[in-house]
Amino acid sequence: MSQTDMLSAAPLSQAPGLMPKTEAELAEILANAAGPLRITGGGTRDIGAPVQGEPLSLVQLSGIVRYDPGALTVVAQAGTPVAEIEALLAQSGQRLPFEPMDHRALLGRTGTPTIGGVVAVNASGPRRIQAGACRDSLIGVRFVDGQGQIIKNGGRVMKNVTGYDLVKLMAGSYGSLGVLSEVSFKTLPAPETQITLQLSGLEDARAVQALCDALSTPYEVTAAAHDPQAAGGANTFLRLEGLAASVAYRSDRLAASLAGYGAVDVVEAAASQTLWQEIRDVTPLAKTPGDIWRISTRPSQAAALMARLGDIPRLYDWGGGLIWLAQPEGRDLRAELGGFSGHATLIRANAETRARLPVFHPQAAPLAALAQNLRASFDPRGILNPGVMS
Amino acid sequence: MQMPQPDAKLLSERDQIIARLRAVLPEDGVIWDEAETRAYECDALTAYRCPPLAVVLPRSTHEVSEVLRICHELSVPVIPRGSGTSLAGGALPTADAVVLGVSRLTEVLEINTDDRIIRVQSGRTNLSVSGAVEDLDFFYAPDPSSQLACAIAGNIGMNSGGAHCLKYGVTTNNLLGVTMVMMDGSVVEIGGGHLDSEGLDLLGVICGSEGQLGVVTEATLRILRKPEGARPVLMGFDSAEIAGACVADIIEAGLLPVAIEYMDRPCIRVCEDFTKAGYPDCDALLIVEVEGSPAEIDAQMALIKDLAQRHNPVELRESGSEAESALIWKGRKSAFGAMGRVADYMCLDGTIPVSELPYVLRRIGELSEQYGLGVANVFHAGDGNLHPLIMFDANKEGQLELCEAFGADILKLCVEVGGCLTGEHGVGVEKRDLMSDQFNAQDLEAQLTVKDAFDPKWLLNPAKVFPLPVTASRREQAQ
Repeated sequence: MSQTDMLSAAPLSQAPGLMPKTEAELAEILANAAGPLRITGGGTRDIGAPVQGEPLSLVQLSGIVRYDPGALTVVAQAGTPVAEIEALLAQSGQRLPFEPMDHRALLGRTGTPTIGGVVAVNASGPRRIQAGACRDSLIGVRFVDGQGQIIKNGGRVMKNVTGYDLVKLMAGSYGSLGVLSEVSFKTLPAPETQITLQLSGLEDARAVQALCDALSTPYEVTAAAHDPQAAGGANTFLRLEGLAASVAYRSDRLAASLAGYGAVDVVEAAASQTLWQEIRDVTPLAKTPGDIWRISTRPSQAAALMARLGDIPRLYDWGGGLIWLAQPEGRDLRAELGGFSGHATLIRANAETRARLPVFHPQAAPLAALAQNLRASFDPRGILNPGVMS
Repeated sequence: MQMPQPDAKLLSERDQIIARLRAVLPEDGVIWDEAETRAYECDALTAYRCPPLAVVLPRSTHEVSEVLRICHELSVPVIPRGSGTSLAGGALPTADAVVLGVSRLTEVLEINTDDRIIRVQSGRTNLSVSGAVEDLDFFYAPDPSSQLACAIAGNIGMNSGGAHCLKYGVTTNNLLGVTMVMMDGSVVEIGGGHLDSEGLDLLGVICGSEGQLGVVTEATLRILRKPEGARPVLMGFDSAEIAGACVADIIEAGLLPVAIEYMDRPCIRVCEDFTKAGYPDCDALLIVEVEGSPAEIDAQMALIKDLAQRHNPVELRESGSEAESALIWKGRKSAFGAMGRVADYMCLDGTIPVSELPYVLRRIGELSEQYGLGVANVFHAGDGNLHPLIMFDANKEGQLELCEAFGADILKLCVEVGGCLTGEHGVGVEKRDLMSDQFNAQDLEAQLTVKDAFDPKWLLNPAKVFPLPVTASRREQAQ
C-alpha cells in the first residue's frame, strides 16, 4: 500500500457526521455529546495522533463576518475557506501576514483548507521569520469548550492585553481545548512587488550561514530557505518584498553583502511567487516516500543536527530554524537525533506509526502536567480530539 | 477600589514567615523593616498604596524557587514586581503578601546574532536589552515609554507594547522562551531559541498574565538588525476627523510606517509649553515615522506627504536632520511628564478599531464637558491604542473618584465600539472591576481555569485582573 493509500484509508474519509451551521448549533452539539468527537475543517490537515470519535465538521460554519481594510482586520467563521479570505483581502491589496501553508500536497489530501484548520495547527509559512506566525496575526477567537460553553477572547483590535491571552493558547491546540467558531486576524498591505536572490551549490552549513548573514542585514528579508537537493544542485533563496524602488535598492545591497557565497542570481516577481509557494507547501518533499518530520531548532544548530542523519531528503526554511525531512516509514527520528535545542513533530505517517510514536515532541513532566491540567479545565469530559497531541 | 482584607493568621505569623525567608536568602535579600518596605507600597499607579509583609530580592532562579516553595507551603500571597512602573497597579501589594522583586536579576546570559536572540535575566531593563546588542547594530523592538526603567519581567507580565509596534509587534511577538518558577517552587523551561514552542502555546498565555501564573526569571527575546535610518514627518490638521482620515489613507495605501502617533490640541499645547518642539497650535497632530535607507525613506515620505496634502494640513514638516527628528519626537515623548507639571492626571489605555477614531474622540469631548474635567489625548493612531489623559486635582475632595468614573466611561466606550479596556498597560487593579463590561461570566471563567491550572492555590498576585467577587471563592478556598 502506498503512502497516499494509507493516508486516505484513515477515518477522515468517512461520511461527515455532525455539521453545525451556527455557533449555537455547535454549542448544543458539544453540550449534548455522548462521547469523543473528531473535529475537522476541510480535512486537509490530518496531523496528530489518530483520534477515535464521531466526526464533527465545521465546514458549514462558514462566511466572512466583517472586513475593515482601514483598520487592517478581518473576522471570519471557522469553516470559511482560506481561499475565500485571501481573495477578499486581495481586492483591497491586503493579505494574511503569516503566509499559511497549504498541507494538501504534502499530506496527499484534496479537500478545501479552512481558516479554522489553519489556526488549529498554527500553520505559518516562510514569512514567519519577519511577520510572525499565525498566532501572532490572530487577534481574536470565539470557541466552544468541551461542555458546550461559548467563550470569546481577544477581539478585533491589534493591541489588546485585557485578561489572559487565550487567543494564542487556542492557536496550535489542534482542537483539544475547544472548537473554534470564529477567528479574527490582523491583515497587512500586500507589497507592490517581490524578488528572490538565489545562491547555488552551497553545502548545508554554509547555506544556513548565508541565510543567517542575510537576516542580519537591514534589508528586511521576508523569507530565507535552502533546498539542498534541487534538480540542478543545492539552491539557497532569499526573498525581498516592498515598493519596487526599495526592493531594487535592497536587492543590490543584499547581493553585494553575499558576494562571499558565490554568484547571486535573481528570480523575478512571478517566478519568485511560485517558488515561495512551493517552499511554503514543502512541495520538494511531497512526492518523497516515507514519513515526513518537521524540526524547529536554532539556525546555528541546524546543519550540525542534519549532519547526524546523513544525506536524507530535507528542506530548510525560516533561515534554517525550520527543517522538513523525509525518513523511512516507522523510524523514530528523535532516537536517531538524540538531544537538541528545539523539537521534532511527525507530520506525515500512517496511522500505525502515529499511534506508536509520539507525534509531538515529548515534554518535560511539569509542562506535560500543565497541558494536562489545561485540557482537563477546558474539556473535563475529554471529548475534544482526545489524545490528538500525544 | 477595594483590596481583600489581609489574612489575620498570616499577619500573626509574620515573624516566622520572615525567618523562613531569611533562611534561604542572603542577609540583604529580605526586607521587612517598615521604613524600607514602604518603597514597595505602590507602583506608578500611586493613588493606591499598601506596604507588604516583606520584600524579597533574590539573585537567582534557585533563590526565587526557594522563596516560592516557602510561600506555597505557608499559603502566603506573592506579588511579583519588575521595576514597579505599572500604571495599572499590577504590583500593588496587600499587607499579608510578600513582594518578590526581580531587580537583582540583571545579567545577559547569551547573545547570538545568527539565531537573532538574546537571553537575559528578567530584571534587566528594556532599554538595556537593546543596549547590550547596540554595538552589534541590533535592537530589541518593543519600546514602552518607560523603557529606561521598566524590567523585561514586567514587560512579559503586561505584554507591553510601545510606539513602534505597528511594524514590530508587542512583547508576545518578540518573546521566544522563558525560565519560569511555578508557585510551588518547581522550575519550567518553555520555548527557547527556536521560533515555535512544542505542544500547547503556554508562552502565549504566560505573556500578559500579569504575574498570576508564574515568576519569569529568564527570557529569550528576538533581536533585530537596526534599520539603516528612520525619519519622522509632523502633520497638523484642523480636526480629529481629518487626521483620522489621513491615517486611514496611509494604511490603505499599503504603506506601513513604524509609528503613527496622534496628539490633540490640549496635549499639543501642554507639550509645546514644556519642550518648545515647535508644534503648531491645531486640533490634531500626527507624527508619522518611516524607516529604511535615505532613498527608501524619500520614496515613502513622498507618498505620505502626497496623501497628507489632500487633507489640507495646517502644517507638514518633514525632518531634515537628526536634530529635527529628535525635536519632533521630544514633545510626544515628554507628553506624560509635561502633563504632570500642569495637573494630576490619570492615563487610560483603551484600544479601538482605527475606523472609530473620530466618533470616539467626539464622545470623549462630550464626556469631558459632562464631568467638568479636562482631557488630553495622545495615542498610537496606527493601531488604535488610545491614551486619554484625564486631568484632575488630587487635593480636591471627590476629584479622584470623579476622574475614575470618567475614565470608566471612556473605557466602556472603547468596548462598545468593538475595542478593549487595555492595549498595553494591563488590567492590574485599575481596570479589574470593568472586566465584566468586556467579558461575560463564561469568558471570565475560562480565564480563571487557566490560573487554576498554573496556580491552584491562587497565591500569585491573586487580587488583580479579575473583579474580586468573581475570584472570591477561589481566593478564600486557598486560605
